[in-house]
Amino acid sequence: MLRRVWSIHRCYGKGCSPLLSWTTLTTIFLQQLLQHHFMAPVSLYFGIPTKESSGEEQLQLSLPGLCEYVEQPLTVGLKDKAACVRRVAVLGWAKIHSLLPNSEIDAAIVNELYGLLRDPDPVVMVNCLRALEEILQEEGGVAINKPIAHHLLNRLKECDVWGQSEVLAILQRYRPRSEDELFDILSLLDPSLLSHHAPVMAATLRLFLSLCATLPAVCLSALERVRGPLLAAAGSSSRELRYAALCHIQLLLRSDPGLMGEHYKRFFCGYAEPPYIKQSKIQVLVELVNDDNVGMVLDELKGYCTDVSMETSQAAINAIGSIGRSYSERCLDILTGLLELKQEHITSAVVQTLKELVWLSPLCGDAVCTALERWDDQLQDAQGRGALLWLLGVYGDRVSGAPYILEDFIAGVRSEVSAEVKAELLTATLRMYLSHPAETQDMMGRLLHYCIEEELDMCVRDQALLYYRLLHCGIEEVRRVLQGGRRSDLSLGPLIGRPPEPISQWASIFNTLESLTLGSSTVVNSDPSTPTAYTPNINTLMSSGDPDLTACSHGALSLSASPSLSPEEFERLWLQPEKGACLEAGVPCPVPSCSSESLQVALQLVNIQMLAFTPANKHPWKVYIYTHSSNTFISEGSRRPSQHLTSDGSRTPPQTLTSEGPRTPPQTLTSEGSRTPPQTLTSEGPRTPPQTLTSEGPRTPPQTLILAELLQVDREREEEPEERGKKGGVLVRMRQYPGDQTVLTGFLSVLTTVLQTLSAQPDHTHS
Amino acid sequence: MISQVFILSSKGDHLIYKDFRGEAGSDVVNKFYEMVTALPGDQPPVVMKHKELHYVHIRQGGLYWVATTKADSSPFTIIEFLNRLTALIKDYCGCLSEKSVRMNFALIYEVLDEVVDFGYVQTTSTEILKNFIQTEAVSSKPLSLFDISNVGLFGADTQQSKVAPSAAATRPIMSSSGEQGSKNEIFVDVIERLSVVIGANGVLMKADIEGEIRVKCYTPSCSEMRIGLNEEFSIGKSQLRGYGAAVRVDECSFHQAVRLDEFDTYRILKVCPSQGEQTVMQYQLCDDLPTAPPFRLFSSIERDSVGRLLIYLKLRCDLPPKSAAINVCITIPVPKGSLSLSKELSSPDQSAELQPQNKAVHWEIPRFPGGAHLSALFKLEVPGLSSASLQEVGSVSLSFELPKYTCTGLQIRFLRLSPIQPGVSQRWVRYVTHSDSYTIRI
Repeated sequence: MLRRVWSIHRCYGKGCSPLLSWTTLTTIFLQQLLQHHFMAPVSLYFGIPTKESSGEEQLQLSLPGLCEYVEQPLTVGLKDKAACVRRVAVLGWAKIHSLLPNSEIDAAIVNELYGLLRDPDPVVMVNCLRALEEILQEEGGVAINKPIAHHLLNRLKECDVWGQSEVLAILQRYRPRSEDELFDILSLLDPSLLSHHAPVMAATLRLFLSLCATLPAVCLSALERVRGPLLAAAGSSSRELRYAALCHIQLLLRSDPGLMGEHYKRFFCGYAEPPYIKQSKIQVLVELVNDDNVGMVLDELKGYCTDVSMETSQAAINAIGSIGRSYSERCLDILTGLLELKQEHITSAVVQTLKELVWLSPLCGDAVCTALERWDDQLQDAQGRGALLWLLGVYGDRVSGAPYILEDFIAGVRSEVSAEVKAELLTATLRMYLSHPAETQDMMGRLLHYCIEEELDMCVRDQALLYYRLLHCGIEEVRRVLQGGRRSDLSLGPLIGRPPEPISQWASIFNTLESLTLGSSTVVNSDPSTPTAYTPNINTLMSSGDPDLTACSHGALSLSASPSLSPEEFERLWLQPEKGACLEAGVPCPVPSCSSESLQVALQLVNIQMLAFTPANKHPWKVYIYTHSSNTFISEGSRRPSQHLTSDGSRTPPQTLTSEGPRTPPQTLTSEGSRTPPQTLTSEGPRTPPQTLTSEGPRTPPQTLILAELLQVDREREEEPEERGKKGGVLVRMRQYPGDQTVLTGFLSVLTTVLQTLSAQPDHTHS
Repeated sequence: MISQVFILSSKGDHLIYKDFRGEAGSDVVNKFYEMVTALPGDQPPVVMKHKELHYVHIRQGGLYWVATTKADSSPFTIIEFLNRLTALIKDYCGCLSEKSVRMNFALIYEVLDEVVDFGYVQTTSTEILKNFIQTEAVSSKPLSLFDISNVGLFGADTQQSKVAPSAAATRPIMSSSGEQGSKNEIFVDVIERLSVVIGANGVLMKADIEGEIRVKCYTPSCSEMRIGLNEEFSIGKSQLRGYGAAVRVDECSFHQAVRLDEFDTYRILKVCPSQGEQTVMQYQLCDDLPTAPPFRLFSSIERDSVGRLLIYLKLRCDLPPKSAAINVCITIPVPKGSLSLSKELSSPDQSAELQPQNKAVHWEIPRFPGGAHLSALFKLEVPGLSSASLQEVGSVSLSFELPKYTCTGLQIRFLRLSPIQPGVSQRWVRYVTHSDSYTIRI
């Protein structure tokens, strides 16, 4: 205790007053008194050291009478000459409030605390903010009006790192009155964006994002500004800081994928880095791949595949798989090369990655077949076995040795523990039966017998029973159910590249602990094919959808997205314009600011299929779409569900089984594991939403194929009179085979409506 | 705001526990240790959550430094606070280890009391703290043998051209007036971390240097210090000045206390160092090394007739002949299931061993002079060796230390205190380059 008095005395000695103030003495003696009387540590009151050995319970005093003795010295302490006493006294009020939450703190004290915001000592100022924040919690924390905000901003420089980040966080509550004020504040804060203290930089960026929520361009330039400091933090010598920076870089990349492109080498993993840093670096690397660096990045990732840590090597293999969606050839070489290492965890990860890859880019099938041809490994983990069986089922007809691999699985089915693997085995065997009936029939019989008679898992047994009954219906029926939609929609292939999310999607978790705990879950989010974040947007589009939309598609003009068209076909047709009708028109509406996913869904609602689009950060923006039209009037009555049964069997997948709502491709992907028999069937079903099927008109009128290219009109060209629109228009180039001008204009009006509806809804994407 | 701060040893012993807000019981300490030890490998451990309480921790000196919080605070702030706390305790206790924390628990509680009040960080500057911290550190003397063997780890350029023992800077900043206490020393360290990737064809694919100038001051009150850098020092690409041996960095940032009025013309940093250690300047250089990378590797990998894997490595050190690399450790990944290793090394002080759990061979070279070549032949017994297994011998990583050497060429021309204080006698300048990650692909 005396030591404390001594140290405070030394403080005074440095300052102007050589005298020990009364307050200090009272406070300290009171403290001593309390300690002696209650025999309990009361360090909570004054932050005065009371030593306790680690782990000892800290007793809390909540005696109402006690506060009477404390309040008086605290009130005096607020006016003390020594800054260190004022610091303690200010926080003392917060402590009283937290110990006795019901007691009213005198309004005069609150006023005095507000007054102390002008204290010359910056720590006292920040402590006042902290104390007021706690005392006024019910009223929503400390009130920040214009004078206070400006005062805080002007004194920001005096505070240390901790004070600055605290003040910046509290300033988020302030809304500038005018645009001029806003920009004054921004220019005042600009140097802090470049601070090499990561806490200040992050707090400033968070404040920027909240102040400029309505000005996306300013936000994006702020992201550019923090790139340097963030990269420096990502290379800091403290691993934990490195990790925090990496997590935040991932957030930034969600909105500005091109932000770190040229700095990809900064994300190469160090040899001695812990696995969690390596894994987040790998995740970042995947985002940064472009035509220039893909070779370097793949070389680097290849090295990680044989990492000692199994998780890291799996992450690297998955990363190669995701890059394979755009650069399939090189990635397939690496992946199939890895199979030759004959290491179980690597093989399993590769098989799972291949399964996802061939689903998204079916053109990779050949390489997978060659790899399966040479298969002689044993896999132990369930996911790997499931993925292998799925591949065998889908590519069974192209792999001659496939039935023999399957035979091993069937022989070992009794020792198989995982129900998912058994269900997958059933499906794969049945599919194999379609392509290799002679080899498979016998083993299929054994498998079905085992699953129906001996299997204890209900789902597996049900699925076996279903297949058994299906087989009774004849081979054609089996083929229809199992092979209908077994290959993915070819148009899924080019749909790569995630559209940038609006900053508001993640601004709320920026610089919070949540951004670091996302950790593994960001992996799911970073999957380009998961549009979870956009679903509200789609819903609003559907519910508030323009009535014209439905009228167009079901009225005069009937559009249909099937049969699907491969990118190659599209290209071939597009390059021979002389055969069909051509039309070029400008749509006077800005490029939809929504994500490409929502655009795709919106177009699918009117049965237009999107084939490819430019990554969102590219300029000019381009989209290729196609549809089939039949120029007929369909009355409401003729669109009965019974159409499904009469429709062409070879073309259409088994609609009867798809009783569920529209299944977006990613959903089907996740349910691919065939958990329950009915789901397996539906998930193997058509990938196109049911709307497509219901509007598929009678087959009699000849269908025409419409191809179109949507092109963003440059700002320079905007000056020409015919291209109107505030943000530039969209130029639509259409081709039709065979030509029919009226259909083309009808199609154009549908498209215009969609685009205008979408561009009228930017609020949904930003809220 | 921070609810609790505690320090655990790597075995989970409670070393320090301090509750600031009384929001959570002390059972969180055990809960934390349970969580952190049971974490699967793909889960990042830095931030964990259990029942509304966030646990943020860092690992330093083999200890867990944990802060808990209920509010959703800024991760950068908490991590930086913990880093700063470890630096403070290192300053006060001399070094960071379980032993020193145990011995100085009273001092650490005292520091924590002054640094944090009711969960809010008050100050972390030694300038202010020195008024309050009265407890003296108990320093654990390292073995003297260890001390002798490491002499010369850091070179020192001083007017007396003496060599400071490497342990000189690992003593507490406040020591009693006896023995070492009278030494008013100032250490200025230039530390660079090198991360390099060299491709299989010998092409330099990536080369980054992160450097910093650290001042460690043992003088309680120090007058202004002027640190003169190379005059040809330039920042960014546009500013190339002079001819020839310019020292260039891409980005450079300074401690806020550094005054830069003479920096533009004379490249002089002016700083009044406070007691303890602080980083006065940080700089980065990417992809453009002024000299060749310090090590080159030539390798050949083949299978011999008996089915063994032969790895022949020849390592060349491209440092200038006066410099040398020390504690060089080369890690060569080998195929899984490698059973035994027979080696032919060029000198007896080197050693190599097979570490099956890491699937790697470690080859250690205590001292590697510049311009020298060293070679090694490893014969590995690998059952079922296939040609694909050769793929697993992927990239060789090196870790090393280059004393008295900076890769950027940054030098400190002079170190002056003005006005010259009679008490201050010794100023040390030390240079060292560490390998952050040095990878050579085969």
